[in-house]
Amino acid sequence: MPRRNDLHRILIIGSGPIIIGQACEFDYSGTQAAKALRADGYEVILVNSNPATIMTDPDLADKTYVEPLTLPYLEEIIRRERPDALLSTVGGQTALNLSVELAEAGVLDRYAVELIGAKIDAIKKAEDRLLFKDAMRKIGLETPQSQLVNSITAGLAFADRIGYPCILRASFTMGGTGGGIAYNKEELVEILERGLSLSPVHEVLIEESALGWKEYELEVMRDLADNCIIVCSIENFDPMGVHTGDSITVAPAQTLTDREYQMMRDGALRCLREIGVDTGGSNVQFAINPANGRMVIIEMNPRVSRSSALASKATGFPIAKIAAKLAVGYRLDEIRNDITRKTPACFEPTIDYVVVKIPKWAFEKFPGADTTLGTQMKSVGEVMAIGRTFKAAMWKGIRSLETGKAFGSEKYDKSLLANKLITPTPDRLNYIRFAMANGYSVADIHEMTSIDPWFLQQMKEVVDLEGELAKTTLAAATSQQFRTAKRFGISDSQLAKTWGAGEIEVRNRRKQLGVKAVFSRVDTCAAEFESFTPYLYSNYESACEADPGTGKKVMILGSGPNRIGQGIEFDYCCCHASFSLQEMGVESIMVNCNPETVSTDYDTSDRLYFEPLTLENVLNIVDTEKPDGVIVQFGGQTPLNLALPLKRLGVPIIGTDPADIDLAEDRKQFGNLLDQLKIPCPANGTATSVEEACAVAARIGYPVLVRPSYVLGGRAMVIAYDEEMVRQYMREAVTFSQDRPVLVDRFLDDATEVDVDALGDGTDVLIAGIMEHIEEAGVHSGDSSCVLPPQSLSEDALRTIEDYTVRLAKALRVVGLMNVQYAIQNGVVYVLEVNPRASRTVPYVSKATGVALPNIAAGLMWGRKLKDYGFTSGKLTVPQVFVKSPVFPFNKFHGVDPVLGPEMRSTGEVMGVGTNFGEAFLKAQISAGSPLPEKGTVFISVNDHHKAEAVAVAKRFAELGFSLTATRGTATALRGAGLVCRTVLKVNEGRPNVVDLLKGGSIQLAIYTTAGASAFADEKSIRRSAVTYRVPCITTMSGARAAAEGVAARLRDPIRVWSLQEIHERKTVA
Amino acid sequence: MTTAILALEDGSVFEGRSFGAPTERSGEVVFNTALTGYQEVFTDPSYSGQIVILTNPQIGNYGTSSADNEANGPYIEGLVVREFSPIASNWRSDADADAFLTRAGIPIVSDLDTRALVRHLRTRGVMRGVLSGVETDGQKLVEKARSIPTMAGLDLASRVSTRQSYQWTETVQQCSPSDLIGPQAEPRYNVVAYDFGIKHNILRRLVHSGCRVTVVPALTSAEDVLALKPDGIFLSNGPGDPEPLVTQVGNIRKLIGRKPIFGICLGNQLLGLALGGKTYKLKFGHRGANHPVRNELTGRVEITSHNHGFAVDPDSLKLSEVEITHINLNDQTLEGFRHRGEPVFCVQYHPEAAPGPHDSHYLFDDFTRLMREAK
Repeated sequence: MPRRNDLHRILIIGSGPIIIGQACEFDYSGTQAAKALRADGYEVILVNSNPATIMTDPDLADKTYVEPLTLPYLEEIIRRERPDALLSTVGGQTALNLSVELAEAGVLDRYAVELIGAKIDAIKKAEDRLLFKDAMRKIGLETPQSQLVNSITAGLAFADRIGYPCILRASFTMGGTGGGIAYNKEELVEILERGLSLSPVHEVLIEESALGWKEYELEVMRDLADNCIIVCSIENFDPMGVHTGDSITVAPAQTLTDREYQMMRDGALRCLREIGVDTGGSNVQFAINPANGRMVIIEMNPRVSRSSALASKATGFPIAKIAAKLAVGYRLDEIRNDITRKTPACFEPTIDYVVVKIPKWAFEKFPGADTTLGTQMKSVGEVMAIGRTFKAAMWKGIRSLETGKAFGSEKYDKSLLANKLITPTPDRLNYIRFAMANGYSVADIHEMTSIDPWFLQQMKEVVDLEGELAKTTLAAATSQQFRTAKRFGISDSQLAKTWGAGEIEVRNRRKQLGVKAVFSRVDTCAAEFESFTPYLYSNYESACEADPGTGKKVMILGSGPNRIGQGIEFDYCCCHASFSLQEMGVESIMVNCNPETVSTDYDTSDRLYFEPLTLENVLNIVDTEKPDGVIVQFGGQTPLNLALPLKRLGVPIIGTDPADIDLAEDRKQFGNLLDQLKIPCPANGTATSVEEACAVAARIGYPVLVRPSYVLGGRAMVIAYDEEMVRQYMREAVTFSQDRPVLVDRFLDDATEVDVDALGDGTDVLIAGIMEHIEEAGVHSGDSSCVLPPQSLSEDALRTIEDYTVRLAKALRVVGLMNVQYAIQNGVVYVLEVNPRASRTVPYVSKATGVALPNIAAGLMWGRKLKDYGFTSGKLTVPQVFVKSPVFPFNKFHGVDPVLGPEMRSTGEVMGVGTNFGEAFLKAQISAGSPLPEKGTVFISVNDHHKAEAVAVAKRFAELGFSLTATRGTATALRGAGLVCRTVLKVNEGRPNVVDLLKGGSIQLAIYTTAGASAFADEKSIRRSAVTYRVPCITTMSGARAAAEGVAARLRDPIRVWSLQEIHERKTVA
Repeated sequence: MTTAILALEDGSVFEGRSFGAPTERSGEVVFNTALTGYQEVFTDPSYSGQIVILTNPQIGNYGTSSADNEANGPYIEGLVVREFSPIASNWRSDADADAFLTRAGIPIVSDLDTRALVRHLRTRGVMRGVLSGVETDGQKLVEKARSIPTMAGLDLASRVSTRQSYQWTETVQQCSPSDLIGPQAEPRYNVVAYDFGIKHNILRRLVHSGCRVTVVPALTSAEDVLALKPDGIFLSNGPGDPEPLVTQVGNIRKLIGRKPIFGICLGNQLLGLALGGKTYKLKFGHRGANHPVRNELTGRVEITSHNHGFAVDPDSLKLSEVEITHINLNDQTLEGFRHRGEPVFCVQYHPEAAPGPHDSHYLFDDFTRLMREAK
């Protein structure tokens, strides 16, 4: 069955913004699918609202739409493009749900679009819990006892029957949203209430608990001829009860006999056949009772998933690429294995190493959030580590996490031990090590955690060795001890810490003793066949298979695990650096440890090192490859932290000098530079003590912005309105600042913030984008919506910004990318900060201007000039209006106040495209999951400072046909301006109050501003209710004005879409 | 920590940590790439005369369970692994892997770079070796490795075969309450199974498919077999080179056309020889549980379990008499054929799996169907 020739145009739907539970793994799968289909001669039409993705690069598809992933916009795209088929299985749950919606609304039939990958019946059977259960029973597979409920009463009745604890899962949500574990009636009611409201079909499954059982996943592929293979088995280190996305997972499965594994394999194949997944990849989850081997099937996803990305990276088998080929008719035995070249893709990969995935959480961003891990996924990213053994992989994984804390320096509280072992939280892994070091046996820990004793035994062997090593010294340690330590995965920095020596000292001694890292290949076949793909990981075995090339080569340091403030945007930049190098005939070498990314695809770069981004691991690669250049400015803060140490050791960093990057971060030096350039910045100072901070604040005047140096994403950044806040902050912030001082800046009230991305080649400076923030200064730039081109800046201000940007770039000798943040207050332009590196906005500006900035930047770093790309100094223009909006994870962290501030909390972003600001903003809001209403009631409550602006906004909404509701003070102001308005009680005033109205559905939009930092319980409960009941909640006046524009556009403009290709048909330079 | 050494005939010496029996054994050094089922590998008589490298770096994790034995005890000469688990973690385990092999006098070398070793054998081909937990002079061991007989020309099948015939009645057992093994067929067919080193799971699967099995020694004559009035004859797997098994081939030739015959692995090679074909030694063999085999009759691909160092040369078979039914998609080697005129078929791989995927269980039903049709 060769490729289908009746299909010509194929629509691929992406997964939208990065959110918890759906991250850049779907950029990886969508990109692979698009590449595979185009390579086969199909025309690809791609839709994704997320501009930070590689898949939305105009080069990857014939038509690329950055448009909302909703029915009306998809229908318009289908109407325009008339695809023959829709591939629904590579864009996560979002694409799958949207495909079902399109089918059910008759859109696919109307335009004769065939659903390929998974048919509608198969999707429903897999996704509908009741149908799934029946299907499994039919083929003899057990499922946990369960029942779907639509009400609290029904839920309580069923829970009484099966007993507590029980598991709750909301239907048609992803990443476990709206689910949880209920240990008693009270919790059941709480979780059920939330789950019912979050489920689009108002339905929750209550299920018998298999807590503590062993949990497994199989990645399965099937073709139209019913050939089935298992790509990878994955065993969860954390047993049942913790969402797979929040579990440490291990591939291949470690504690199953062949009989048990084959039983599971048989079950998975039966499941796929019964559900009717014709082609492509699916994953099937099982639980096994460790006491008697009883196996239940938990769920299956009839699509490429997060685990598929992991399995692909873990084995070298490109699931999404193959899935796309199978969807257009190929059989597995007709597709070649890229890595061995000689053997077909129809086989089951076997591996001779162990892979460990560890999730990364961001609870420090969400004070008040419950850190207990359960059925709802809470992690924001993950790392994968490859080691020859589980021990090596686990320890490598731990150091890939970049916790910011040296290994062994974590603080433990002995009194919390039992609790920390029994209740799963992000700390559990460390507490297991701590418990072991304190004499807890494997059996003790197994009893408290239910983690399989084999895993615990492995960890114990490392902990025991750590204890042994502590008894010796750097000088006395033998080569055998070094060798064992390295083979167990212990890092040089940990040894340095143990022995009170420097990391480089340890490294040198180790190498002197002949203990050196070598690299093995990920080859899908445990070395049975030759591998032609340099996909490598380090270990301390006897033979090195790196086989480095002899031509010119450049190494790109990636950005590591996704976290808030450092995510897919940087992966976009790293991938482009690689493409750019390849275009210039330079070999590209990628280093990264994030399995979700496009950068860790073995065919993105010439060579891939799947390694932690630590000094030790990077130096090992440098020793082996001897690159002509190393790029550190594309991976966010992670590689930048390595820049100076690498430079000191003679590693050739290309692009802007690390010393200049550092200068921009150094408050004193940078202050001097601004003085010289006569560029104003807010009054500021630095402090290394509480008293010093208070003194600086008093000198420059309140409010002040305080933050540590060298962080991304506004980690631990606050606006302090008085001395007490500064004191409190300093007490909490010192742990973050370590030897770096705390920065204290005058905070500019009510200023407009502006972000600028520019390219420099040492001579010319090209201003790529001047982005006006929609929220006022004070909201972290990553959390603020922004617009290209700027809407309200004066010509004067723009000229000043351009002038400053060019002078700053020249002064900092920028070669590559630079980002500058400005604030404009009362007509004065202030520089807030300069970062001579890729910023989070680079992909957005690239999509809006049609110029792939990092691609050019990498060229400049390799010695090309802007002239070579047809640019001179000047600035890029955009042909339409592009709004970027953030997406927040507040629905995953109940109890957390969803207010915006200087600490970044968004996980992802979307872009809206329009012919006017309102239209672009509206689309961005739709894509961000907070669609603006077209009618109904607007609730307004603002502080005195904003009353005048509130009147103007209210007037606009009234003109658009909305009713107004306001709290007493605001209502008075509105009525005073002649507006009709209903008064509603504040929460602390009695009932019914505004929260009751929100819950009752009588408010469609909430506008709320707060005075200063005092977050009253009242305001918080309004914001929380708005999140829970999905009412858009706007907390700034500029945001409110933008919302009014958006609503106006919704009422005025038709549904319109543009492909990036048509938008950028003519590229212009002003 | 005590050390053990693996020395190869080409002079390579690998040193690791000693587990298992503190002794010395020699044999052909081969590698298996299966991720599960080390115990089934230990106890497969086809590994007789071989030191086995397992490419899965974590071995011993789930211990051993007497229910998973493929013979009465281990048959490998020695075991080479990257890491050996000191504990057994699985509810079915009744002995840890170390004790299991120690009891059988089998040495283990752990902590050595198995990947480097596999790449070495992949390029140079399998070779003789000695695994010693007692001798510390690697050079002496290399000399010993050079002095042992090579696998080619070695009749190991007769050595591991049963001395006396016996009835086999055990069927496939569930490994857990959730194991879906399907209903057992009514026992309708008398099958005589030649034991050249037969794996228990073949016998269990025959019983499961409705056979009453009599196992006979490798050198049982055709006449004696026919005297048992079988409905079908089964030719088992087994170790070593098929070529020296002249007597066995002669017996098989006499049985072709008399009764339906099904052969697996060595049985496949012997049928090839009986039908006038030739066998040859593969460079490094097929040992693993992930080999894609296409059934040429249906076009379907099965993921299969393999353990063979020799294969039948398809060009040596008379295609007028024999039809090729199965091809390995990795290297296009012959994986199965059938007689065009007689109810005779065989596969080179292991449809009984253990260890390995169950994709090819249907072949046992094919066998009973042939017997039904022949009745």
